[in-house]
Parts: sequence; structure tokens; C-alpha cells
Amino acid sequence: MADDIEISEVGGTGVPIPGDDIDTDQILPARFMKEVTFDNMADYLFYDARRDDDGEFNDHPLNRFDGASIAVVNSNFGCGSSREHAPQAMMRWGVDGVVGESFAEIFRDNCKSLGIPAITASHEEVSALQEWIEDNPDGEIEIDVEAETVTYGDTVIEGNIDDAMKEALIDGIWDTTQLMYSNLSKVEETASKLPYVEEA
Amino acid sequence: MSQGTLYDKVWEKHKVTELPNGQDQLFIGLHLVHEVTSPQAFHMLEERGHEVAFPERTFATTDHIVPTTPEGRERPLNDPEAEEMLSALEENVDENGITFFGLESGKQGITHVVAPELGLSQPGMTVACGDSHTATHGAFGSIGVGIGTSQIRDVLSTGCIAAEKQNVRRVEVNGELGEGVYAKDIILKIIQELGVDGGVGHVYEYGGSAVRDLDMEGRLAICNMSIEGGARAGYINPDETTYEYLKGREYVPEGEEFEELKQYWESIRSDEDAEYDDVVEIDADGIAPMVTWGINPGQVIEIDDPIPAPEEFEARTDREAAEKALEHMDHSPGDTMEGYDVDVAFLGTCTNGRVKDFEVAATVLEGRQVDPDVRALAVPGSESVRKECERRGIDQTFIEAGFQWRQAGCSMCLAMNDDSLEGDEVCASSSNRNFIGRQGSKDGRTVLMSPAMVAAAAVEGEVVDVRDHFDTELPSGTNRAEEVAD
Ligand code: SF4
Repeated sequence: MADDIEISEVGGTGVPIPGDDIDTDQILPARFMKEVTFDNMADYLFYDARRDDDGEFNDHPLNRFDGASIAVVNSNFGCGSSREHAPQAMMRWGVDGVVGESFAEIFRDNCKSLGIPAITASHEEVSALQEWIEDNPDGEIEIDVEAETVTYGDTVIEGNIDDAMKEALIDGIWDTTQLMYSNLSKVEETASKLPYVEEA
Repeated sequence: MSQGTLYDKVWEKHKVTELPNGQDQLFIGLHLVHEVTSPQAFHMLEERGHEVAFPERTFATTDHIVPTTPEGRERPLNDPEAEEMLSALEENVDENGITFFGLESGKQGITHVVAPELGLSQPGMTVACGDSHTATHGAFGSIGVGIGTSQIRDVLSTGCIAAEKQNVRRVEVNGELGEGVYAKDIILKIIQELGVDGGVGHVYEYGGSAVRDLDMEGRLAICNMSIEGGARAGYINPDETTYEYLKGREYVPEGEEFEELKQYWESIRSDEDAEYDDVVEIDADGIAPMVTWGINPGQVIEIDDPIPAPEEFEARTDREAAEKALEHMDHSPGDTMEGYDVDVAFLGTCTNGRVKDFEVAATVLEGRQVDPDVRALAVPGSESVRKECERRGIDQTFIEAGFQWRQAGCSMCLAMNDDSLEGDEVCASSSNRNFIGRQGSKDGRTVLMSPAMVAAAAVEGEVVDVRDHFDTELPSGTNRAEEVAD
């Protein structure tokens, strides 16, 4: 049984991943999804963007900010496919929390399923934080889930975390399988009332 | 909040309870499984010692990684990773008593093509699949949601997902489609007007005369691309077109049982006086064939419109996206897409890989030849589609024109098998995503369009307006007698 943990704060150094509409094909190119486990996904994170034409690492932020825990992204991050491979790869690379202008919905839900807080802030606030990380690669950033804030240097950003995500994280109930598993008899009752479900 | 819409009614009927995190626990009536997103979920299930709660409501097939040539499909598959994924799926369905439409079944294909044609997708259902294009099934008046792997585990283990209700936006599309203009053009128009993230927080209910006139293939194409417009789901209220299509399909009951189900289907239609959170109107009258010029499906124009300059966009994000697109696609603002050189023509996918799509493209190809510099692939969305096309001789038109006639799968939609763009090739594609790298090459360029337009581009070797280049009578995109692929 997976034991849930309450996630009220995450923190560490940051990595800016600038750009709007970064889709899951960029985060995790489909050709690397041909594995039956998520174990190696960190190796494929932003695979194409991180390499130059000879396959050598370029100066992509993920190469420059190795060891970071907080990813700072712009708007509509994670759009495109439903692949959980994308947030899985980020998590396995080391990301514990994401700050962004906005997130695609499936991506945000996937983050919740993995216990990764995703907090939104304005374009100005996010850009300022991205610049700050460039200047302060060892600077600590903290996401407070309860207060919905991002703190770095002397700055506190009043952000926004989706209600369901916030509640799930701080109450340690983000594992939805566990939440729903005990309701099986109710599920059967709901199902049996549906005209298209044949009686078992 | 919306009231009296199909979405409200179907949600209510499938709601099990409210969860302590504020979400609703929603029963899933149809769970579709494929090889790419499920193995990790089965693994998690096993780790917890859970069993599949509703194996009889779970159906699997293989689509993303399968080769599309007969030699390529011999087992073990050439690509060891693909073989491992397929074997893992076979093992998982076997152990859990799940019906599997495998390579040998004659029914294998893209989940979103297979489930509708077998009559698995029905009105008033909730449908989930570890794939973002699950919205496709909304064409029947169901709620189809794409889910991540942890949620697949949820559905396997509990038959449910945890979800919040979204707002409902009615997208009212009125008018009549001209010759050579199709459902694909309607949905691209909708995305052009509402934006790629216009649907965030919403499900789209499509209606209006232009939608009502569409056959099921057209409706499936529209609902399929809801996700490209940012909507989590999209649906169309069921009507006689829907019921006619369902009649006689393998998983649809007959006789009295059918009539009983039909009563349910009628009951979940949105009420005449339903309240929507939002209503938008789109005029389909006189729209021209749509083509994308950029690197997301919202960067789309009518074939005779100029490619926009970045300055024309108000939002900073749109301006930056336009700059990036112009550079990647190598366009100059002010040009139209007509005459843009094409290296590859790709016809297929869960958007446009159905019998009707091939039939329409075949009328354009009849008696013509694919440009010698174009590599042209026709990949049926399912083996049933392939066999039906072959039964009608449509495959011959493709082969004689110089298309490769393949077996069913996702193929070059996302290039997880051997079908891939090379270098900076330009692909005229009937698929749904033109993201950078999507078709297997990071410099590859995708131009989304309708199947008729793909066929015309294949022949001319460049993007053309299908309406100008052929004098044959073009088939219309609207309702005609359905033929069941069997
Ligand atoms: S055809 Fe393309 S969009 Fe559809 S399920 Fe396959 S990969 Fe996804």
C-alpha cells in the first residue's frame, strides 16, 4: 500500500524553463515512451532541446542547473498529450515543485497524482523569478502549499494553487486510488443503475 | 454553473460520491487501454495487490508502437522496446481477463477508431483512456476524458476517476459547408477563433446546423480535436444520425434492448432550456479549407488567407509563438500557404483515419498520380477500416496513385514506430498536432489539413486549395448513408 505523505512545503534551488506552450512532446519526446517503466525517464527529459546537433549537451537550463528542485515555467506548460511520462521525468530528474504562469489541465492533474505542487503566478512575477535564478543559481526557493506562496531572496510571491490540489497535498490525500478504493460497494450501486451496464 | 446539459446529466448519473479532497468520484463506463500508457499502471496495481475492478468494461488494443507493414508486424517485432511493450500488454490483459483486439484479431487499430466502430462507445457513457484524444467518443454524446497513468491505475483498481466538474461552453456552429470543406475545417476554425487554450476549464458542447448535418465520421473528427482547443472533453448531443450509426454494431444490443437504451440516450440530451456557462457562435458558411501555418493547431488560416505577422497578435505570448513558428516553418508573413512545398503526405489517425476519410481522399486521387517527390502514406485507423476500404476497392485507387497502403496504427502521427519524418521534411497531414518534433524529426514540419486537402497536396507536391485544382465533383462532408465496416 502506498503511504501518502502530507506535502505542505517543497524547496530547493531553481531551474528556469522559459517559453510558452511548452508541450509534452518537447518535455518528453514520444520516441522515449517505449519503456514499460518510468525508471529511465529522467534521462529523456527535454531530450532534443538539451542537445545540439551532434548530440552533445548544450546550454539548456536543465544542463546548467543540475540538482535543482523547483522548475519555473511560463504559460500553458505541459499542453498536448496526457502522458504522465512528462511530470514523471521531471520528478525523477529532481523536480519537487513547479511555479508557472499557467499549466495545461492534464499536466496539472498528473502533477497532483504524483504529489508535485504546481503553483501559478503572474507573468511579471514568474519572469522576475526566472531572472533571479539566472543570477542566483544556488539561491533557495520555497513553495508553501498552505499559504500559496513562493519565497526567494527577499521576495514573497502570492501565488495560486488549484483548490483540489492544495487540499490533496496538505491533507496527504493525493493518492486518489487509495481515496476511492474503499467505496467499491457504492461504485457497484452507481453502476447497476446505469442502463448500459449489464448485471454481473 | 451549467444546468440541464448532457454533461450535467451524465455526470450526475455517474457520480459515486464526493471525495474528502472536494473532487467527485466518477464511475467510468468504458475504459480503453493501449500499450504505451498502461504498463506502468498495471504494475502499480500489482504493487498494491489490487485487481481490475471491472474487466468486462475494459477493452484494449495496440496502436501507438505497431509497425504498419505486414513484414513489420511479424513477431517478435524488430524493435525490441516495441516488442516488450506489446508483450507486456498481452500479458496484462490476459492475466486480468480484459478483451484485447490484438494484431491477429482483425479488429486492431487506434482506440478512438476501434471503440466507435465496434459500438463500444455509446451515448450517455463516461469513457476514459490514457490518451488525450479520448474526447473523440463525445461524438456519441458521451463524456470522454484523457487521463494520466496514475489515473489509469485509479480506473483499473476502482472503476472510477476523481475529477472536478468543468464549465460547459456551447459552441454553436451554424451555416452550410461548401464543396471541398469538411468537419476538420470546422474544428480548425473553432480553434482559430477560440485559441489553443480557449477551452481550459471547459467542456465543449458542439451544436448548430453545421454540426447537426455532419455524419458520425465528421462528428468524431470535431470532438477529437477538443483537446487541441484546450477543452478537456467535447461532445455532441445524440440524434437519429447517432442511433442509425450504432444500429447493428457488434457491441450494440438489438431489438427491445436497443429501444430501451435509446430511451436512455434521448433522456440525457441537453434540455431545450439548458443553461450553459458560456455560448459562442461560429459561422461555418463560406469557410475555406483550413491549413496550419505554424507549430500549434491554433496557428491556422484559411487556404487563401495571408500568413500573419507577429505584430498582428495582441497577446505577447501569441507574438512570441508566431515568431517561433515563422522561423521553424520558414515562412514569410503575407504569403498564403498555397504553394508551400510538401515532401510527405500522411493520411490516417484518430482524427481522419476512417472509411469516409479514405473515400473522400480517393475521389481526389482517382486517375491521378502522387508527385514523384512526395512520399505518400495511407494508414487506416483500424484493421476494420482497412478491410472495408479494400472491400470497396478504395485501396486500389490509393495504390494506383502511388500511395503506400498500410496496416492500422498511429504511425506518423507521432512516429513511435518506423514511420517518421526525416530532417526538415514538410508533411501534409490529416492528424491533429503540428508540434515541433511530433512526427519524429525535430526539424520536421507539419501542416494540418483535411483528408481531401492531403490528397490534393500529395498530387501537386505542394499545399493547394483542393477546390481549385480539380474539376471533378467533390464529395460533400455532410450526412450520407452510413456503411458499417465489418
Ligand atoms: S492517432 Fe495520433 S493522436 Fe490519435 S491516438 Fe494515435 S498518436 Fe494519439
